[in-house]
Amino acid sequence: MNNDLLFDFTVDKAAQTIFITREFNAGLSLVWDAFTKKEILDKWAAPAPMRCETKYLDFKVGGRRFYAMISPGGQERFVLQEYTSITPKTNFKLYNSFADKDENPELPGSAWDHNFNEENGITKVHITIFNESLERMQNLHEGFKIGYTLMLTNLDNLLATLTQQS
Amino acid sequence: MKHDIFQAIADPTRRAILTLLTIQALTPNVMAEKFDMSRQAVSKHIKVLQQCELIKPEQSGREIHYHFNAKKMQEFDHWLAQLRKNWETQFNQLDQVLSTLK
Repeated sequence: MNNDLLFDFTVDKAAQTIFITREFNAGLSLVWDAFTKKEILDKWAAPAPMRCETKYLDFKVGGRRFYAMISPGGQERFVLQEYTSITPKTNFKLYNSFADKDENPELPGSAWDHNFNEENGITKVHITIFNESLERMQNLHEGFKIGYTLMLTNLDNLLATLTQQS
Repeated sequence: MKHDIFQAIADPTRRAILTLLTIQALTPNVMAEKFDMSRQAVSKHIKVLQQCELIKPEQSGREIHYHFNAKKMQEFDHWLAQLRKNWETQFNQLDQVLSTLK
């Protein structure tokens, strides 16, 4: 964990857009791979304790990534991403939507734009997410959230117990 | 399709109405006056805002006053905060992954 690396998350509700900026202590090629290769994405692209499992990823314009977000209880939520534009090691865009297990998207989804640039060995990634309906996304997450929050509370309690003991 | 918060706030007039309602509850007539709009136009905006629960009507005598529903907005902000945390967690995971790949 690098706390000195920039992390910025802002929401423009009026523009229905989320802006995320993050720096990584690694070269551009590696960071680009981390966002575009299935093997690396599956190692980080779901917030613990959830994990993601990419069923397939075809990184080309018009190609798709279909993956499952899996909760610790084994509950799966499917996401379909279609790559709409690719400029190698500079930019890629995709259209993101939740889907059922048969890859039928639940529209509307959101349009994601990723920009990459490197300076002195630090790679900066800018992500812009335009949501036609963020509240819809919120509702789709709801099922997950209940179990997830409950578990985090369990973890909090556990940590508190462990701290007291030491 | 039911309007949601994002769509409701995307309109500048509705944002202005909300800002005004955070200060005091208003009747549709007063809103129309303040924004120099027709009653029909105001009704349309009220309908959208009420549909996504950002405002709540309250009958007082023969008039309806609309109140800003701060709870709904907080709920939404809370969710956004959770989303931010999820991204932060993921990126910290990526830091770990990158350090092993280098």
